[in-house]
Amino acid sequence: MRIRDLSPADFLARLGGDGVRLAAGPFNCRLQSGIPEIAEELARLYAHHPLIGADEFIDFHVGVRPGRSLRRWLRPQAVFSVDAVEPFTPLPRNQALAMLEWGLNWCITAYSQHLLVIHAACVARGDRAVILPAPPGSGKSTLCAALANRGWRLLSDELTLIRLDTGEVMGLARPVNLKNASIDVIRAYAPEAFLTRPVHDTTKGTVALMAPTEASVLAVGKWARPTWMILPRYRPGADARLEPMGSGAAFLQIADNAMNYHILGGHGFAAVGRMVDHCRSFNFEYSRLDEAIAIFDRLAREAEGDAP
Amino acid sequence: MSLLLRILRHADEARHLSPLDWDLLVRQCRHANLLGRLHQRLEAAGVAMPERARNHLLSGTIMAEQQHHSILREVGHLRDALSDIGLPLILLKGAAYVAAGLPAAAGRLFADVDILVPHARLGEAESALMLTGWQSTALDDYDQRYYRRWMHELPAMQHMFRGTALDVHHTILPPTSRLKPDARLLIEASIEIPGLPGVRTLALPDLILHSASHLFHEGEPDNLLRDLTDLDALLRQLGEDPAAWDALARRAERLQLSGPLRLALRYSHRLLDTPVPARLLAELGCLASGPRQRILDALYLRVLETQHPSAADGLRRAARKLLYIRAHWLRMPPHLLAYHLAHKALFPPQADTRNLTADEKNAA
Repeated sequence: MRIRDLSPADFLARLGGDGVRLAAGPFNCRLQSGIPEIAEELARLYAHHPLIGADEFIDFHVGVRPGRSLRRWLRPQAVFSVDAVEPFTPLPRNQALAMLEWGLNWCITAYSQHLLVIHAACVARGDRAVILPAPPGSGKSTLCAALANRGWRLLSDELTLIRLDTGEVMGLARPVNLKNASIDVIRAYAPEAFLTRPVHDTTKGTVALMAPTEASVLAVGKWARPTWMILPRYRPGADARLEPMGSGAAFLQIADNAMNYHILGGHGFAAVGRMVDHCRSFNFEYSRLDEAIAIFDRLAREAEGDAP
Repeated sequence: MSLLLRILRHADEARHLSPLDWDLLVRQCRHANLLGRLHQRLEAAGVAMPERARNHLLSGTIMAEQQHHSILREVGHLRDALSDIGLPLILLKGAAYVAAGLPAAAGRLFADVDILVPHARLGEAESALMLTGWQSTALDDYDQRYYRRWMHELPAMQHMFRGTALDVHHTILPPTSRLKPDARLLIEASIEIPGLPGVRTLALPDLILHSASHLFHEGEPDNLLRDLTDLDALLRQLGEDPAAWDALARRAERLQLSGPLRLALRYSHRLLDTPVPARLLAELGCLASGPRQRILDALYLRVLETQHPSAADGLRRAARKLLYIRAHWLRMPPHLLAYHLAHKALFPPQADTRNLTADEKNAA
């Protein structure tokens, strides 16, 4: 059974009660919310994710609840919790859904030292993955959202998970976090995609979450091989252009964006080294999404042509 | 008794756990800061862990290994800083276990490095450390005064580049405590760690007594079970040699720490099944059962458990509060205690939360 098979009333009741138990790639999550107004959008963001039974191991027990301080009468707040611990300062109540997503990202980063976790988006064709590590503002999420709506399957928008044993990417197929101008860009580019109502004045500006495509979620268990590492940079008016990157620079890019490179020690070094060895690495400048996607598609065709 | 305690006592019982049991075990373990330690216990016992649970436990071991690595590097820096003024580096608690390679280091996570310097040379040591980049963390004037006048350690220091935290002790209990162990005895008996010239730890009995007095004098309950498992590991190192246990009891008397040792043996034996000679348990009064002991049990058995909600009853909050007050009661005379608690009530410290959006990028 998948989330979409639950009636809205059932979803809401679970969310406010014992929690909605779902699998996001390799992680089982139990989501609870004392803030009922996030239910409708949350159910659509995770529509295609499989439900899991109440007798299964849960990796992250997370939730949001309304703030209890006196402030709530002036400015209602949302508090994030992971298994009864509330590690973060509350946010305004209308950011509850985004907070749940960001909190889940935090859990993955803080509790998954058995993987190399890279701050990067990742999409794939078949089992060949493109890793897009990039600082905020580089247009990584926009590009990732566009690719995910043009035949590439979404593995992850924020956190790329690399297995230390095989070097494969494990997908999450969780919502894409869009910011500011990219919200309207993606709305125009992929009108069929579901986006949440934008929330203004967060620390990241205006944010909206885009649901992963059904195909991405259904194929999430299919791990992919890192094949390209592409460092995107959005520059207004620029023609799309791929520039090969040396393996030394590529290594530093990945290591620098890996959340737990410093914790994994030798294993982290080996994992990044293997990725660089198996990837063609590029700097990529673009302004128009169609052009950008044509280039990604060309890379994918070339790789298929190369395949034995 | 929580599932976590049962598995810590008998790792073999983990062979029969359901997925839901593993779920609970990992959660209880995370709340007790024991993921890495339990992972190593289960590995050593040859217990097969289901993949999901193992990933969480293994993450604890990997975090611990990284911390041990950086602690050892820090130890080198500290030794160099103190050797400039002719002082040996004496490590306490976790850093000591790691540097000396003791079983109590297994899977242990850290917040800071603790070191001991002679009281007479405290100022000199602080200057030497400041010259090499450690600085007092930002506290208000009250806290600075409180530490320097009444405490057994300087206000916590942090290295300005490496970010590592350091506690500089001149003795192991606040000078205002009712118990007054003589730090000179500890320093005299300290031993150099083989292979690490200029780096020393307390002798094993003193490590045990420090662990015990820390356990029953600090008011911070979140790591108490972790600390009890340290104590258990140290006690098991004494082995079955009756002479070693007698020496421990004599040493406790000499250092005025028989009280904490009595409680340590009582609870370690009772909760973790630590093998303690029956004769010693009886001689030290570890098995006492008067009304005073029943009250202490009611408090300690609640806070020496994992602090996960699944292991709590309605009285745990009260027990935590009362032990916080008891810890302070043992640490300072009544007039000072009243003044201190009043100040903390009027000017509560900042809540310990972080900004989510800034933090998710630096989670690790």
